[in-house]
Amino acid sequence: MSGVLVVVEQRGGAWNRMSFETLAAGQQLAAKLGTGCSAAVLAASAASLLPELSSKKLQKVFAVEHDLLAQYTADVYVASLEQLIRREQAAFVLFPHTYQVRDYAPALATRFKQVLISDVIAFRASGDSGSPVFVRQLMQGKLNADYHQTGAGPCFVSIQAGTFHADTLEPGNAPTETFTPQLAADQIRTKPGEPFRESSQTVDLSAAPVIVSVGRGIGEQDNLPVVEELAQALGAELAASRPICDNGWLPMERQVGSSGQTVSPKLYVAVGISGAIQHLIGMKGSKSVLAINKDENAPIFEIADYGVVGDLFEIVPELTKAVRAAKGSA
Amino acid sequence: MKIVVAIKQVPERDAPIRIAADGRWIEEGDLNYTINEPDAYALEEALQLKEKQGAGEVIVVSAGPERVQSTLREALAKGADRAIHIECDDLGSRDTLGVAQTLAEAIKAESPDLILTGLQSDDLGLGQTGVVLAELLGIPHATIIMHIEPADGSLKVKRELEDGWFQHVEMPVPALLTIQSGGNKLRYATLMGIKKAKTKELKTVPAAVAAASPAVALERVYLPEKQKKTEMLTGSPQEIAAKIVEKLKFEVRAI
Ligand SMILES: Cc1cc2nc3c(=O)[nH]c(=O)nc-3n(C[C@H](O)[C@H](O)[C@H](O)COP(=O)(O)OP(=O)(O)OC[C@H]3O[C@@H](n4cnc5c(N)ncnc54)[C@H](O)[C@@H]3O)c2cc1C
Ligand SMILES: Nc1ncnc2c1ncn2[C@@H]1O[C@H](COP(=O)(O)O)[C@@H](O)[C@H]1O
Repeated sequence: MSGVLVVVEQRGGAWNRMSFETLAAGQQLAAKLGTGCSAAVLAASAASLLPELSSKKLQKVFAVEHDLLAQYTADVYVASLEQLIRREQAAFVLFPHTYQVRDYAPALATRFKQVLISDVIAFRASGDSGSPVFVRQLMQGKLNADYHQTGAGPCFVSIQAGTFHADTLEPGNAPTETFTPQLAADQIRTKPGEPFRESSQTVDLSAAPVIVSVGRGIGEQDNLPVVEELAQALGAELAASRPICDNGWLPMERQVGSSGQTVSPKLYVAVGISGAIQHLIGMKGSKSVLAINKDENAPIFEIADYGVVGDLFEIVPELTKAVRAAKGSA
Repeated sequence: MKIVVAIKQVPERDAPIRIAADGRWIEEGDLNYTINEPDAYALEEALQLKEKQGAGEVIVVSAGPERVQSTLREALAKGADRAIHIECDDLGSRDTLGVAQTLAEAIKAESPDLILTGLQSDDLGLGQTGVVLAELLGIPHATIIMHIEPADGSLKVKRELEDGWFQHVEMPVPALLTIQSGGNKLRYATLMGIKKAKTKELKTVPAAVAAASPAVALERVYLPEKQKKTEMLTGSPQEIAAKIVEKLKFEVRAI
């Protein structure tokens, strides 16, 4: 067994940009292990995607092509990659931790009697065990854990969004090879439909210069005026973390995060939001972040420029008053 | 339809985090436990499916030590018909494959039409037990599901994609779905439900012996090191508010 294989992701010929972060991770892991890094892309025809891939420093780029790969299904992805990995004897297989990867990579690992080490944020080349150590988050980002593979066989790892940087990718000139998996239409047990959006969005948070975002710390729906008033005072749009929208306290279109909107305002005020990765993905492009949270260990402080540890019900009303006063006198 | 819902008991969200003496987990003595949040939505979806169809059975399954029975009782109080507790004191030393195998053993005997899990556990955040379980049982699956429409011998489900996109997926039963939060409004247990739960079956079965040694191991846990320099503003609420306004005016220029 040798080498690192990175499985990149495309949909309808468009990249999922996390693919390039994962390629960077793959290059770094390969360098630490003194081995080579290859990439694989699955599609009915990968031709238009290959030039960008082969311009990176990679041992090889595999175009895994088959008509049945035109649309994603877990069944054909698992079958195709199982065949490629067995033939190539890859020692490490890396994926971006996308929704699609969540859907098939655990089953692929199971085919090899292995377990995917998911949502990894860092690795070190060698721990006490002699094999690389992969770091992942537990308890919603409040705890880190070191994992290593103990089984014999390919080691499957998925990489968290934003932890490696595509701009560190080393350029190169990689040879490409077409790999045609053995697939049959009757292997596919699920029938996927076309992606769609819910009724057209009337709130475009992406253009808002100031956003006040509320999380579960608000406790109940009746408390929402506390943050609504702050938003009003600041002339801000109101946004929320997922649980607030799940509960129906605010409409889904105000949700920020991996399954909601992506925003990058001048100021993002996070009130009673813990800072789970799926929320951070949607707002870490903000120019400045102010976090108000009663838990000093809340991961939101990891990306906040300004932090207040305290009870939002004491802080926010005072802040609203102070903002009103400041604006009134301006 | 016979529906099995796999439920994990996890520490409450604001659980205090103190590293245990062996460095591999947190102090359990400090913790209160509750149902994993997406699993509560999985249970709700199962109960609503049964109610809509006016027939069927909802069976809740949890692997873990004795304490998980309290979470199973709550599920019974909300309307599940019976519960299976897979007694397993060494959950922490099993990897996903090991946990999925014990679940598979217990669930296989029930031959359900549909298996629901949460999409991810709040404590370990692996996001894979459901998919591995489907693979072990040899049944089709779909993940991050918001809604289920049963048809004759098949299902049409609404799957969440990134950035506010969705997709429908159709598949035959038996199938396994991992459920995302927010598809339904969660119900509370009624007094009547709590009373009834006491008479419902809660069966305890031993966990299957792990078929193989784990494929991955957790070496140690630790508090993350802070990378970013956050400017912490302190004082009385009024003082803090004044400091924030200064920052917003002169540094952020948002006022
Ligand atoms: C596939 C997937 C997709 C997801 N997509 C999204 C998404 O798009 N957007 C999103 O937001 N989440 C998303 N999530 C959910 C995400 O993982 C978290 O569960 C969620 O973001 C938590 O929301 P929260 O911070 O409001 O709640 P919690 O994590 O419960 O945090 C509440 C915070 O409030 C603080 N608090 C409590 N009371 C007070 C008080 N009185 N004063 C001050 N602070 C207080 C607490 O200390 C805590 O930090 C997704 C999850 C998955 C698995
Ligand atoms: N010990 C367990 N008992 C029952 N169900 C479990 C257990 N562990 C995980 N699950 C199920 O698998 C889902 C995903 O968990 P995880 O793979 O740990 O993120 C959970 O939401 C549960 O539905």
